[in-house]
Amino acid sequence: MATQTRNRHQELGLSDEQMLEIYRYMLLTRRIDERLWLLQRSGKIPFVISAQGQEGAQVGAAYALVRGKDWLAPYYRDLGKVLVMGMTPREVFLAAFAKQGDPSSNGRQMAHHWGHRRWNIISGSSPVATQVLHAVGVALAAKMKGHDIVVMTSLGEGSSNQGDFHEGLNFAGVHKLPCIIHVQNNEYAISVPLKKQLACENVADRAPGYGMPGVVVDGSDVLAVYAAFREAVDRARRGEGPTLIESKCVRLTPHSSDDDDRTYRPREEIERARQRDPITRTRAYLYEVGLLDEEREQALEVEIRREIDEAQEYAEAQPYEPVETAMRHVYKEA
Amino acid sequence: MPVMQYIEAVRETLRSEMRRDPNVFIMGEDVGKRGGVFRATQGLIDEFGEERVIDTPLTESAIVGVGIGAALYGMRPVCEIQFADFIWPAMNQIISEAARFRYRSYGTWFVPMVIRAPYGGGVHGGLYHSQSVEAHFAHSPGLKIVAPSTPGDVAGLLRAAIRDDDPVLFFEHKGLYRAVKGEVPEGDYVIPIGKADVKRDGRDITVFSYGKALHFCLEAAQMVAAEGIDAMVVDLRSLRPLDEETILNAAARTGKVLIVHEDNAFMGIGAEVAALIAEKVLFELDAPILRLCGPEVPAMPYSPPLEKWYMLSPEKVAAKMRELAAF
Ligand SMILES: Cc1ncc(C[n+]2csc(CCOP(=O)(O)OP(=O)(O)O)c2C)c(N)n1
Ligand SMILES: [Mg+2]
Repeated sequence: MATQTRNRHQELGLSDEQMLEIYRYMLLTRRIDERLWLLQRSGKIPFVISAQGQEGAQVGAAYALVRGKDWLAPYYRDLGKVLVMGMTPREVFLAAFAKQGDPSSNGRQMAHHWGHRRWNIISGSSPVATQVLHAVGVALAAKMKGHDIVVMTSLGEGSSNQGDFHEGLNFAGVHKLPCIIHVQNNEYAISVPLKKQLACENVADRAPGYGMPGVVVDGSDVLAVYAAFREAVDRARRGEGPTLIESKCVRLTPHSSDDDDRTYRPREEIERARQRDPITRTRAYLYEVGLLDEEREQALEVEIRREIDEAQEYAEAQPYEPVETAMRHVYKEA
Repeated sequence: MPVMQYIEAVRETLRSEMRRDPNVFIMGEDVGKRGGVFRATQGLIDEFGEERVIDTPLTESAIVGVGIGAALYGMRPVCEIQFADFIWPAMNQIISEAARFRYRSYGTWFVPMVIRAPYGGGVHGGLYHSQSVEAHFAHSPGLKIVAPSTPGDVAGLLRAAIRDDDPVLFFEHKGLYRAVKGEVPEGDYVIPIGKADVKRDGRDITVFSYGKALHFCLEAAQMVAAEGIDAMVVDLRSLRPLDEETILNAAARTGKVLIVHEDNAFMGIGAEVAALIAEKVLFELDAPILRLCGPEVPAMPYSPPLEKWYMLSPEKVAAKMRELAAF
C-alpha cells in the first residue's frame, strides 16, 4: 500500500520537497482562512469568503502553472491559488484589513478581490464570471504575440450559468486559445444546491459544445487535480487549445461571513463533507508515504502560525490609504 | 488636405494606426471579409490579415470582455459593436470592468481599449437600429466618450482614442457615414479628447450639440441668420470629459443657451451641460437654458411619419433658436 501510494507524487514527477510544498500551501491557505474568520467574528475585519474545502483544487491547479510567467484571473475563493502564484500572507492580511499597500486595490475593494500585477494575477470584480472573458482575452493576446503562456481562470458552478462563461468558452474554443477554465464545484451557490443550477450532471459536460475537453476531477485529491491541470497546461502550451476542468469540492463554511447556512443546509451533510476535507486527505497521504510525522507536522504548524501572526501584526499596524488619494486613478495620471 | 467621407475617415484612421502600432487590432461582428455591415473596416483584412481583423462569434459581452483581457496584456483592441443598440449585453463588461480596472487596482491594471459603435437614427432603423446610447455610459467615471460630427474630427479623435490608455467609447452617427464629407489633415493628426469645437461663431445665442444634430444646428443657424439671429454653434465632440472651459466661455459670450441632441432629454447630456452652466456662469445668462432633444418614448419608431416626428431637423432647431433669441 505504502509503496503504491508513494508512487503517486513521484509518478507525476514531483519530488518529496515539492509534495511537501504543496501541502504547506494547502495548510497555509486553511490556517489563514481560519484566522480571517476569527478576525471577522471578533469585529476586526468586515468580511470573509472562504477557501475551506477547496484548498486541494486550488493549490493543485496553480501548482501546474509557472509562477511569474503564467496568468491567473481568479475568483473570490482563490486564496490557495494566489498564494501559489506569489502573493504573500502579509499581502493577504493587508487586503483583509483594507490597509495601505494591499496589492489588489490598496484598500479600495472588499477583501478577496485578488489582484497582483507583479504575479500576473488580474484584478477581479464582484459580478461573477466576468473574469472568464478577461482570461480568454489575455490568451488571445498572448497567442497573437507568440508568447507561450497559459492563462487560468476560476469560478463556481453556479456562476457557470452566466453568459460570460459560455461566451468565453466558445470564444476560446473557436480560437484554440491557451487557457484553462477551472470550475470549483462546491455544490452550492450561496443557498442554491447543484440540482437547481444544472440540468446536466457535470459542468464539464458542457465542454464538448465548445470544442474542448471537459475534465472532472476529485477536488479533494490534490494530486489528481495537479495531474489534470498539468495535462491541460501542456495541451495549451502545445497550441492545442483550452480545457474546462471541473473539480468536485466541498464547501466547509457558510457562503461567506454574512451567510448563515443553518437555514438551508442539514448539519449531517456538512459532517459528510468533512470526510472529503482535502487537508485531511493530503495529510493522511503524507503520513502514509512517510513525508510527515507528528514531530514534523508540529514544526510545520508552528512555522505557519508564526508566519500568520507576523503577517497579521504587520497588516494591522499599517495605515489606511489617506482619503486624499480617493480621486486618484480614475483615469491615467498625467 | 484630402477630402473624405465620415466613414472613410474611420477606415483610414484605423489603417494608419494599425500600420503604426502592431498592438492595434480590430474585433467585432462581420468586420473581416465583409468589412463591417457599414463597411467601416472594408479592406483592412486584406492588409492586416484575419489575426488582426477578427470576425468574432456573435457575442457582444465577449467582444468587449475579451478586448479587455487583450488590453490588460498590452494590446490596443478596437472593438466594434455592430449597432450601438446591441451594446447592452456588454454593459456589465463596460461599466463593471473596463471603467473600473484602473480605479479598483489603484492604477496597476488598466484598459487601453476603444469601443466603436454606430448610433443614431433617421435611417429607417426603428427601435433597435436607431438608438443614441451615450447618456447611459456618460454617467460612469472611468470611461471616456467621444461623438464626432465631421470626418476631420473622426480622424483626430479616433487616433487619440486608440492611443489613449483608458477605455474610450467612440460613437459614430451612422446617418453621417456617407452624408458628410470633409477635409482630413494628413499624417499624425490627433485631437485631444475633452476639447469642444466652435463650429460657427455668433453673438446672439449659443447652441451646443454633437453628432448629426450638430449639422442640423449649422443649417438652422444659416436659416435664422437671414432673420438677423447670429447663432454660435459649439460641437461638444467629447461627452466625457466635457470641455468645461469652452462650454462656459461660449455660454457667457451670448448669455443665451440652447442644447440640442437626438437622444432624449431626461437625464441626458444636455442636462449635464445645463447644470454645469447654471452652476458656474448663471449670472452671465439672459434667458433660461433651453433644450431640444428626442421625445420621451423608449426608442425611435419605424414608419416614415413616426420617424420624422421623432427626429430633429433644421426646421425644428431653427424654431427653437427663434424662441430663445426672442426671450
Ligand atoms: C452577477 C452576480 N450575481 C449575483 C451575485 C451574488 N453572488 C455572489 S457569490 C454567489 C454564488 C456563487 O456561487 P458559485 O458560482 O457556485 O460559487 P461559490 O461561491 O459557491 O464558490 C452569488 C449569487 C454576484 N456576485 N454576481
Ligand atoms: Mg458553488
